Amino acid sequence: MGATRTAGVLSPPAHRAARRPLRWTTPAFLAPLIVYLLLFYAYPLYRNIELSLHDYTPRAFIQGNPEFTGLESYAKILSDDAFLRALGNTALFTLGSIAVQYALGLALAVFFHRSFRLSAVLRAMFLVPWLLPLIVSASTWSWMLNSENGIVNAALQAFGIGQINWLTSPDTSLLAVTIANIWLGIPFNLVILYAGLQNIPAPLYEAAGLDGATAWQQFWRITFPLLRPVSAITLLLGLIYTLKVVDIIWIMTRGGPADASTTLAIWSYREAFGTGQPDFSPAAAVGNLLILIAFAAGLVHVRLQRGEERS
Amino acid sequence: MKHPSAKATLLGAAALALAACASTPPQGGTSAAGTEGGAYTWWDPYPQHDSSSAWAKRVGACGQEAGVTIERTAYDTTALTNQALLAGQEGNAPDVILLDNPAVSTLADAGMLTAMADFGLEVNRFDKNLVAAGELDGNTYGIPIGANTLALYYNKKILDDAGVDPATIKDWASLDAALKKVKAAGKKPITFAAIGTEEGSFQFLPWFWGAGAQLTQLDSPQAVEALQLWSSWLKDGLAPNSVISNSQNTTWEEFLTGEFAFAENGTWQINSAAEADFPTGIVQIPGKDGGTAPTPTGGEFITVPVQKDTQRYAVTKKILECMTTPEGLVETGTTFAYYIPSTADGQQAILAKEPSLKPWVTAVQSAKGRTSDNLGTDYPKISEALWTGVQKALSGAASPADALKDAQAQVEQATGD
Repeated sequence: MGATRTAGVLSPPAHRAARRPLRWTTPAFLAPLIVYLLLFYAYPLYRNIELSLHDYTPRAFIQGNPEFTGLESYAKILSDDAFLRALGNTALFTLGSIAVQYALGLALAVFFHRSFRLSAVLRAMFLVPWLLPLIVSASTWSWMLNSENGIVNAALQAFGIGQINWLTSPDTSLLAVTIANIWLGIPFNLVILYAGLQNIPAPLYEAAGLDGATAWQQFWRITFPLLRPVSAITLLLGLIYTLKVVDIIWIMTRGGPADASTTLAIWSYREAFGTGQPDFSPAAAVGNLLILIAFAAGLVHVRLQRGEERS
Repeated sequence: MKHPSAKATLLGAAALALAACASTPPQGGTSAAGTEGGAYTWWDPYPQHDSSSAWAKRVGACGQEAGVTIERTAYDTTALTNQALLAGQEGNAPDVILLDNPAVSTLADAGMLTAMADFGLEVNRFDKNLVAAGELDGNTYGIPIGANTLALYYNKKILDDAGVDPATIKDWASLDAALKKVKAAGKKPITFAAIGTEEGSFQFLPWFWGAGAQLTQLDSPQAVEALQLWSSWLKDGLAPNSVISNSQNTTWEEFLTGEFAFAENGTWQINSAAEADFPTGIVQIPGKDGGTAPTPTGGEFITVPVQKDTQRYAVTKKILECMTTPEGLVETGTTFAYYIPSTADGQQAILAKEPSLKPWVTAVQSAKGRTSDNLGTDYPKISEALWTGVQKALSGAASPADALKDAQAQVEQATGD
């Protein structure tokens, strides 16, 4: 105690001398980051909010004199029949995708964790969906799922199952795009969960093995609990990625037929760019709702993480 | 270049919010349209024609004739409209934009385009039904550099085998009979594009108008009849279910397999049809009770965005004139395989060169602009409701009558304010 105080008394002059140059270097080092954040995060966000609070018709957009309408765009969207449907579709698409992606990704990660011959090669092959340009994978899926000429229906027919109009029936189009999206998301889950598995100390398994725990017990009592933080971040990132998926749905169904596969992100994109006449304000309003949903999910994650740290 | 493109990217990102889909990065952009060097900027929706193409040379030649160089940038159709809006907002629009005709009234309404009259360009010599798409509140904001439209291509071999004479197709009943004969002969009768985009509406309009329906009333009994026709084709197996997600290009690919007797498609496939592995021909799309159904006009308009420096218009006018002389129109037409000229002189001239285009010239003459009838900027909203209704009915989500009732309600909600 006394020693610290002495040091405290003695050091200030020395410190001040050392810190003076720092006062300029700190902001100087920070500046690029701050400029970057402002330019690429704060401004677009501000602009998006501004777009949603005004009535940006193409004319207003060009002449820069949009009428301020407050929350009217939001009210319009929330009262639109399409809203509940899009929200429901978004929930089904997002939750369905991340649940199955996570389950399959985890199963594959555990499978590959016990390295065996060719496991590296096989694992690399599972990354292919990630590497392909989306336009390629989405187009391929839509060919495969074509009603008349698709390979999926041809295979089903071999088992006596009649033609399923995957992309052109309102009953199946959401399922079809969800399946394609799951396929796309597995590599991401596989890679992160696999990395998480590497961090679980091997002696735990050895000890469990000595105690006679079966593989099943080892998974549920060691792997799964110790993987929880990694799982949480995987699911959160998956949620955010999936909420905003536009491209794959747009390429496969355009959100159709008759809005059956329209999610909030597709709705936003269609309002802004999908018709002959851009409607930026409602598009931005839907976009902002999506940001809020993602933000809420982020908060939940932080909350859970804190709870875990405390316990 | 630096400034606008950075800002354009930002705007794109903003409007897209979190949406991951890359909007439309301004690939080319333009070097600022300054007066130096006598460079004039030109945007068109033909990225398939690169700088060494006949089209690019033709554009360049018109620049040379006017004593300037033209810097051409190509975007795809939807990207072009968005780029034009951004450029309009930044105040650095190009000197000339070739716009898809339904977009003309949208940009004109935004105050972005110069009226042809202010410019001293005569529009009377262009076909009335074609120019109509560029009119808004009594002004004309562009001129069609050519027009295309839809007809029914047929596979002659299949029709011969099935014993169908295309000349007998005069109305819906005789068309239906022909389709059923083809089906009985074991071939696929017809394919078209009912995708949930503008293309879907474009393809449906000949049947819609051919039944006597008007775009101002989507749920009229005539409109329901037209949609019932399409639905019955799907239900009876005369058309494949995949038409619901087919674009016009996909439809054409299907036709080229030689499996289909008929395909609804446009003037732009003339060359491809001639190169098909089987003999082809066309019939006009019939109206319900006979006669030729009005088909929608397709094709681009030359438009002149408003410039701060009005001195530039004099040269721009020369470029426009060069593009739209009868010879110029014919050249554009043949460069584009095929574009029917938009003036009577031009049509005469192209027929003299290519007599086989006669049915297409007739089709273009009876065609109708989508934004005509002074629908203007309401058209995109009507069209969106229409293609959604068509998709609902074809996919079985609703009956044709209910689907169109919803569509009309959607239009009234969208255009009410």
